[in-house]
Amino acid sequence: MSAGRLRRILVLHLAIVGALFAVQFFLPDYHHTNVARILVLATFAIGYNLLFGYTGLMSLGHAMFFAAGMYACGLCIYYFNVGAPGGFALGVVAGGTLAAVFGLVALRTSGVSFLIVTMMFGQACYLTLLYFNEITLGDQGFTLSSNLDALHRAGAGLAYSDPDVKYNAAWLVFTGAFLVSALIAASPIGRVLIAVRGNEERTRLLGYNTFAYKWLALCLSGAIAGAAGAAYAVLFSYVGASFASILYSIYPLLWTLLGGAGTTLGPLLGTGIMFYLIDITSGWTNAYLFVVGGSLLALVLWFPQGVMGAVRARWARWLP
Amino acid sequence: MKKREQQTTTRTADSFTLTRREALKSGLGLTAAAGAVGLAGGYLPGPLASSVYAQGSDQPIRIGFQVHRTGIGAVYGRWYERTSAAAAKYINSIGGIAGRPIEIVPEDDGTDPKRGAEVVEKLAVQHKVDFIYGPLFSHVVIGSAPRAGELKIPYFVVSEGYHVASGKLNRYVFQPGITDVRAQITSISSWVMDNLGKKVTMFFPDYAFGYDHRDYFSAEVVKKGGSIGELLAIPPTESSYTRYFPRIPADTEVLYHVMVGPGVLTFVKEMGEHFGSRRPQIFGFIDSLEGVDIATPGLDFLEGTHFWEAFPRYASNTDTRYSKAFREAVGVNASGASKQDPKDVATYSHMFGVWETLFVIKDAVEQSGYRSKKDYPALIETLEGFEWFNEGMAHPQGGKKFVGALHQCYGRQHISRVTGGKLDVVHTTAIEDGMYDAEGDYTKQSL
Amino acid sequence: MSFGPHLFLAVLEGTVTAFVLALTALGLSLVFGVMRIVNVAHGEFFMLGAVLAWYCSTLISGSPLLGFALALVVAPLLVGALALLTDWSVLKRVDYNPESTIVATIGLLYIVQQLVLTVFGPEARPVAAPVYFRVSFPWFGYSGYKLIVAGLSASLLLATWYALSRTRLGLYMRATQQDYEIAQAFGVPVRNVYATVFALGAMLAAVAGVLIVPVQQAHYLMGLDPLLLSFIVVIIGGLGSLKGTVVAAFVIGLSDGIVSVFFSPTLAKILATLLVAAVLVVRPGGLFGDNRA
Repeated sequence: MSAGRLRRILVLHLAIVGALFAVQFFLPDYHHTNVARILVLATFAIGYNLLFGYTGLMSLGHAMFFAAGMYACGLCIYYFNVGAPGGFALGVVAGGTLAAVFGLVALRTSGVSFLIVTMMFGQACYLTLLYFNEITLGDQGFTLSSNLDALHRAGAGLAYSDPDVKYNAAWLVFTGAFLVSALIAASPIGRVLIAVRGNEERTRLLGYNTFAYKWLALCLSGAIAGAAGAAYAVLFSYVGASFASILYSIYPLLWTLLGGAGTTLGPLLGTGIMFYLIDITSGWTNAYLFVVGGSLLALVLWFPQGVMGAVRARWARWLP
Repeated sequence: MKKREQQTTTRTADSFTLTRREALKSGLGLTAAAGAVGLAGGYLPGPLASSVYAQGSDQPIRIGFQVHRTGIGAVYGRWYERTSAAAAKYINSIGGIAGRPIEIVPEDDGTDPKRGAEVVEKLAVQHKVDFIYGPLFSHVVIGSAPRAGELKIPYFVVSEGYHVASGKLNRYVFQPGITDVRAQITSISSWVMDNLGKKVTMFFPDYAFGYDHRDYFSAEVVKKGGSIGELLAIPPTESSYTRYFPRIPADTEVLYHVMVGPGVLTFVKEMGEHFGSRRPQIFGFIDSLEGVDIATPGLDFLEGTHFWEAFPRYASNTDTRYSKAFREAVGVNASGASKQDPKDVATYSHMFGVWETLFVIKDAVEQSGYRSKKDYPALIETLEGFEWFNEGMAHPQGGKKFVGALHQCYGRQHISRVTGGKLDVVHTTAIEDGMYDAEGDYTKQSL
Repeated sequence: MSFGPHLFLAVLEGTVTAFVLALTALGLSLVFGVMRIVNVAHGEFFMLGAVLAWYCSTLISGSPLLGFALALVVAPLLVGALALLTDWSVLKRVDYNPESTIVATIGLLYIVQQLVLTVFGPEARPVAAPVYFRVSFPWFGYSGYKLIVAGLSASLLLATWYALSRTRLGLYMRATQQDYEIAQAFGVPVRNVYATVFALGAMLAAVAGVLIVPVQQAHYLMGLDPLLLSFIVVIIGGLGSLKGTVVAAFVIGLSDGIVSVFFSPTLAKILATLLVAAVLVVRPGGLFGDNRA
């Protein structure tokens, strides 16, 4: 990769991160919190994109990694009063560990089989959360605000209910995931992943251990999804089994496809567009499932590259 | 009852509140209070209702309505929305709230906790509503309540879950329109044990709503000298129930069932097929058949079984004037179905809570002198000072005790027997029957 | 209840479940076998069948048998037409790419759900069984209609088997399944076979919906559970194997009936989903299927 391209990529990504930091001073209240939400959900999509967009493995069970992070973080705060940073770290580890173990089994399959295995594991995780309801509080879930407030009053944590803390924490989590994904995409590892996506057989013949690369991508993907889940638990103060349901495995797929699979900017863009599409359309129709379903169909039929994919193909071939 | 109807007077809305407040202060018993309010004329005939709004009528009071239009709660949501519209219309017809018209701002939450929290945000920050109310499903309430607390906006839920009264939510969350499930269960337990039997087997959904039933009812059974034969938790995705019935012990005297969701009718039908005529006593929460016609083919075996109801679905000649007026206002016929479509059965034991909650908001606004969002602390303290809601047009289901520390109201419950394909009330509990020891106190939290 | 009758009920219930499951999964299995695509909207075709049965039952008042008969004709036709439309407007255009098809059928799933929610409403609506009687055993009673459902499912399975093995269409389908290109070279109209198979799969799901709706209720979210169960059956049975699908339906139906009687049913469901994942990892072609792939 040329030094010039690398510099351009670096400048672009830092500029985006900087802009996202700066907008918090101009956003009206409502959009201030919405952008914080979008940043957390986009982190989830970034994790998904690493696996699907770059490595070409489509998963229908990513909600389990999000939920693993959410529950690891949430349960430790709820029961043991560990602080938010500790809970967050545990969430990342939980998402990554689940992905690592799951990957050893599931990556023995590929294509549609992989997809169904992820879906089945995702469903099993969802049911497991319900099964151990005495600990997880099942479908009803629990809130973290009283624990976090108590910690804050004791001087052992930030006030996560404060909008500025919320925004900047979300920004920090997003920035971390965003830069990691850009770094990987621009690095030699990223090129191997893209090669696996293009033709796994040929990549193997070139001497790469494709299984290890796929496994690495899955672990990272799971850890980032776990980070998003943990951040969601802390910042929006709710942990519940609905986040492990199949709909939350389909959302990151939709966001990534919409924004452009295999682009670093796609997940953020897709999550943002979809969030506001649903938010705005809910003003005049409650048929938001039409919006979700219709977007999926339209993307597949007319817009398979997504927004950033089209931008890259047309104007900026250097984008990672 | 008859006499009072002839005396329907034409008082203004103002004297209505005044008298109610006096009744409240004097701490009269239930019957006396009901009588007093009856005389005060909570019910205003249509033509008089066009009273012009009092001074300062410029700005409406905007109330955000978080409604389950889609998702698993949609049946309840639709009736909640109808009830809400009827209540708003009625409140506007009697002069609005503190002379200001009321405006409902609905927003769908898809019965999803994540969207629920976003809807709270949208209503509070973008639509700038004064209050938010309306959700039923517990996970939506618990998912949304933290954000309401952070935004410091009063959030009124109509969920019957035990979450508010458990003290686990926050100072901005109230449930003043419907009794929580723990109190419901506690209040009917004695009657069930005394009249139906002491060896109980329970069927309940394998999630939070079901666990409240499992825990609080079985505790009451054991306390009152009965025994639990088997506790059968049914997974939420189940669509066939036949295989669970053999696990009912042969010596079971009472089968206690409470199911929710689209599978409820299947459950009840298959229970009938399994037992035929040799069934134990059966006691169910109406949730098992909320929104479902009791006269559906295949439910004949329910004849002679009993149900809990909060608000009797079938009209009877003992109904109060308020109960009749409420039924009329929400467009429900004598069999508890929509007047337009008799196949569209109401969620009658829950939706009154939406109506009553709006009137509690009205009272709180008027008594605290609330004008704008800066008056929230005064409004909340006023609300927490409430001790009693009188039966009347504002509370057609009946008078209610309100515990400010728990943000929860407590009303009378009914047990009905299925007779001739209809539900007939056979027992009405006293409010004290359902009381339990408080586990929390919201008034200690800061505002 | 003592052990003997208890087991008898579990087996009876398991058998009925198995037949219905086999019929529901059959369409999915055909589509996957011949076209190598996964139709995530399969459960919605099932749901549409049930909802259409409700409309038919309200159309003809009086005898529920007439409404049922009408539904058995109307529902598969309408759902089949929808499937043809999907095939023509979406699947053909993405060239039956497996992953695009999955995304597209997820989209279809939500559109159908929303459509039914808007038009039909959110409530679970009961449909009267065409014939209703209770079979009394000495220890417990059982729905007579359920036994009829099992019988009808069995005959439909036989009919499908006959169509696959004895007709020209069946021959085309098997040829396409074995080798797409060679079949095409031998003059099999592959694209038409695809469209037909997709429609046929949807029609089978719709018929299953019509049969089952008197036992359950028509509801717009009722499609997800049959979809997941069908996945389980199709995968364990082997993708595209009719015999495997039926055998797997019995394995799942009976074991689910028996296991969940003695253990927690939620646990039984967790184990079943994990079993599927394990099967896919160890034998990607399914227990009875072609494992060369």
